[in-house]
Amino acid sequence: MARNPRQRRPAGARSTRTSLADQFTAWRHHHRDSLADALGRMRAAPSSALMTVLVIAIALALPAGLAVLMDNARALTKGWDGQAHLSVFLQLDVDNDRQRALAEEWTGFDTVARTEVITREQALDEFKTLSGFGDVLEALPDNPLPPLIVVYPEDVAPGQIEALQRRLNGLPEVDNAQLDVAWVRRLHAIIELGDRLISVLTLGLAIAVVLVVVNTIRLAIESRREEIVVIKIVGGTDGFVRRPFLYSGFCFGFAGGLLALILVSLALWWLGGPINELLRLYESEHSLTGMAASTALVLPLFSGTLGLLGAWLAVSRHLGDIEPQF
Amino acid sequence: MIKFDRVGKRYPNGKDALRQVSFELPAGQLTFLTGHSGAGKSTLLKLIMMLERPTQGQVFVEGLNLNGIGSRHIPFLRRKIGMVHQNHQLLFDRSVFDNVALPLVIAGFARADIGKRVRAALDKVGLLDKEKLNPIMLSGGEQQRIGIARAVVNKPPLLLADEPTGNLDPALSAEIMDLFHDFARVGVAVLIATHDLSLIARYRHRLLTLREGRLIHDGEEAASQRDQDLALYAGVREDRRGP
Repeated sequence: MARNPRQRRPAGARSTRTSLADQFTAWRHHHRDSLADALGRMRAAPSSALMTVLVIAIALALPAGLAVLMDNARALTKGWDGQAHLSVFLQLDVDNDRQRALAEEWTGFDTVARTEVITREQALDEFKTLSGFGDVLEALPDNPLPPLIVVYPEDVAPGQIEALQRRLNGLPEVDNAQLDVAWVRRLHAIIELGDRLISVLTLGLAIAVVLVVVNTIRLAIESRREEIVVIKIVGGTDGFVRRPFLYSGFCFGFAGGLLALILVSLALWWLGGPINELLRLYESEHSLTGMAASTALVLPLFSGTLGLLGAWLAVSRHLGDIEPQF
Repeated sequence: MIKFDRVGKRYPNGKDALRQVSFELPAGQLTFLTGHSGAGKSTLLKLIMMLERPTQGQVFVEGLNLNGIGSRHIPFLRRKIGMVHQNHQLLFDRSVFDNVALPLVIAGFARADIGKRVRAALDKVGLLDKEKLNPIMLSGGEQQRIGIARAVVNKPPLLLADEPTGNLDPALSAEIMDLFHDFARVGVAVLIATHDLSLIARYRHRLLTLREGRLIHDGEEAASQRDQDLALYAGVREDRRGP
């Protein structure tokens, strides 16, 4: 190219016949027109627009819904770690007197605050009322439940609780001393894992949303090829050409996000009855909470941003291909 | 208005579309650009519109050296140039009014101003009563006039036309040419690329003739040379029509 690098670049061919205020007003109008145009085109082809919006909504409703359930699980298990105790199941042949003597003896340990005795009969009664399997248990010839001593340790370091557990497990009368905090810890680990899985899922589905929008906008660009050529010939800037497509992308994303909110709300409403019933049966004070207002607000915006990103990718990839020819 | 200074364009495939082309178009002059297909007419128009950049020499529009204009400023250059196409390049998803208004909307004119200017341009081409119609409902000649209205609506100092009478009968061609004369009279530089020899013969304007990328003729009334060229291209056209 015969381009002399030392040559001073002219200020460029600027239009001087419109004032800056006019330009700004026009720019504002074009934003408004682009938004109206994007919505108009969605209305003009409602079925294909709905399809795109639905795909986006489903892709986002999945991680959003799971996140709500995880939030509930976290709230439900909060404060459980404090009540660490050992459930010491004794051999079946340990009688009630021996059980009480053992409990007495263990209360004397340094690390034990108090003990609670649950005899085989008490265990059976409790199980009957809580489980609803009373009839089945009646039918059994023998009480299958072992005697149980619940040992509440002093407020000590976790290592000492485990030492106590080992010591009790070593006794001949003890069948199994279970540290009840372990399953809470496992639950927390599972919740942690769930959070991570949701993050991965969200990332993957967010990419899917972007790609869906890329494809939709690519088709839109293709179908408006002539218009783009004319706009370029009469002096439209790249920004002018890009703007309606960016608004389109944002609208698809935003609408998808709103629909995802509706889907999640419907799902929670549908699941809410059984879940609350389940929680009640577990004597939990927790009841299913919906999506936090902040999340509900952020979801459509997040989704709109994904749409915008998709549109941007499509536009920067495909708009350069369309140049006027004659 | 336009100045070509030893301009050459070689495409990546090695073909020289233009070689050492130099000429100047003053404001208010109507000039024909001719030459058979592949002689470089399209390339020359593309260089003015900055759809291509020259590989040699310099192109000036209104004194601006196009070599120094970055791609971001190309749209602003194009706003100074009205372009009329053989196939009109109208958009059939909007009204005549909106088609003509497009350059003004892009350039950021105020709404009220747009209405006035669009109606003035439509009045100029005699289609003021068709502003609400879709261009697809209009005849070929009317569509071409809408294309012209769009090209001149923001009063560009330069008007390029690529085969503007290509599909029109002589009477309609004359109407279109009258419009171009009117624009030239008010100071617009008009460059018309055409094959239409009868058109060129009827109006004795300055004629630029390209052959294989070279400017082989540039003159107003160089009759003998001109007739020679006309004869040559008439021959080419006859050849193409032959069996």
